[in-house]
Amino acid sequence: MPHDHHDHAPDNDLDPMTARVRALETLLVAKGLVDPAALEAIIETYAERVGPQNGARVVARAWTDPGFAARLAEDAGAAVAEMGFGGRQGEHVQAVFNTDDTHNLVVCTLCSCYPWPLLGLPPVWYKSPPYRARAVRDPRGVLADFGLELPPGVRIRVWDSTAELRYLVVPQRPAGTEGWDAERLAALVGRDAMIGTALARAPGAA
Amino acid sequence: MNGPHDMGGRMGFGPVLPEPDEPVFHAAWEARALALTLAAGALGLWTLDESRHARERLPWAVYLSAGYYEIWIRALEALLLRHGLVSAAELAGAVPRPSPAPPPLAAAQVAAALARGGPTARALAVPARFRPGQRVRARNLQPEGHCRLPGYVRGRIGRIEADHGGHVLADSNAHGLGEAPQRLYTVVFEGAELWGEGADPGLTVSVDAWESYLEPV
Repeated sequence: MPHDHHDHAPDNDLDPMTARVRALETLLVAKGLVDPAALEAIIETYAERVGPQNGARVVARAWTDPGFAARLAEDAGAAVAEMGFGGRQGEHVQAVFNTDDTHNLVVCTLCSCYPWPLLGLPPVWYKSPPYRARAVRDPRGVLADFGLELPPGVRIRVWDSTAELRYLVVPQRPAGTEGWDAERLAALVGRDAMIGTALARAPGAA
Repeated sequence: MNGPHDMGGRMGFGPVLPEPDEPVFHAAWEARALALTLAAGALGLWTLDESRHARERLPWAVYLSAGYYEIWIRALEALLLRHGLVSAAELAGAVPRPSPAPPPLAAAQVAAALARGGPTARALAVPARFRPGQRVRARNLQPEGHCRLPGYVRGRIGRIEADHGGHVLADSNAHGLGEAPQRLYTVVFEGAELWGEGADPGLTVSVDAWESYLEPV
């Protein structure tokens, strides 16, 4: 029935990974091992609902609510659960706070561990050999790849996520944001600031 | 295992390449690969630890040249074969034959399954062997099987920073040998202890290490 598929290229014209994954999905669906509707629900979750906007809300609340910041430091899992965040790849969470003299950087040298409920799925560079290899040995060089140069006196603490603890970096609140509410502040907190490869954006910066 | 995944401190991979406005998925197949991996994992026939081990057991040349979702798909195929859910003939295109398996994850169960996740904390009856502040050496463990002690800390001396209580031991769980929970610690190493004279001044690196990864100094 070629008219049913007129907008699709034949399988043998697909790139190898598209063909390989499509074949596997077709097989698993035919065998009743996966439900296509469940696949759509999983994709929709991570494409639409779970992402770094969650972590940004946590950071902004920590900046504006000292009681919450204290709870986040003491038991981050319970603190983020107050805001409705938790679950897969965020079962055990620790928040690490940047200070005037310490900058935190998170890596998973052994695979791609990352706090999904707070940051969504990891970016390609986080899973790539250059980052996984160099973050623990030459973090200042890695930060330079991101255009970030820390003052020489700032010590770097690298957290290698080797077990099931997932780390969220709480960047320092930018100067010039006095009186801002959490919603406005959250817009300054990018994904990379919560991994440690960036700082929170300054007000007025792009 | 001393596999291709154990990358900490290796040289020669070049610069990190951040991608402005990176999309969640770079191709439609990546989204399918993620969903297939999670949905097949929800059948409950293997653990996340076994999945990780399947990925790190890929051949070096494959592991180092494939994107991460390709690594996931290749590992998923290996897991499906190992657990008898598919055959090599089926993967090669043969007509599918029924395989006994638990019911698939339903769409209505996805939200709850993702919210539940897979917590690994377990109560322990045994006292802690190490206390925060104590100096410890990462043991020179080089097992053939799964192990979450990165090579770059082996034999190095660090300091216990935190005691996280009992957690499922990945080394055991990855091989279907049970959860065998052990106490998990955050251990901090000075940069110079790991990387020698050229280390970044003031650098510290921590790993999360199970008790059997460590010995007193």
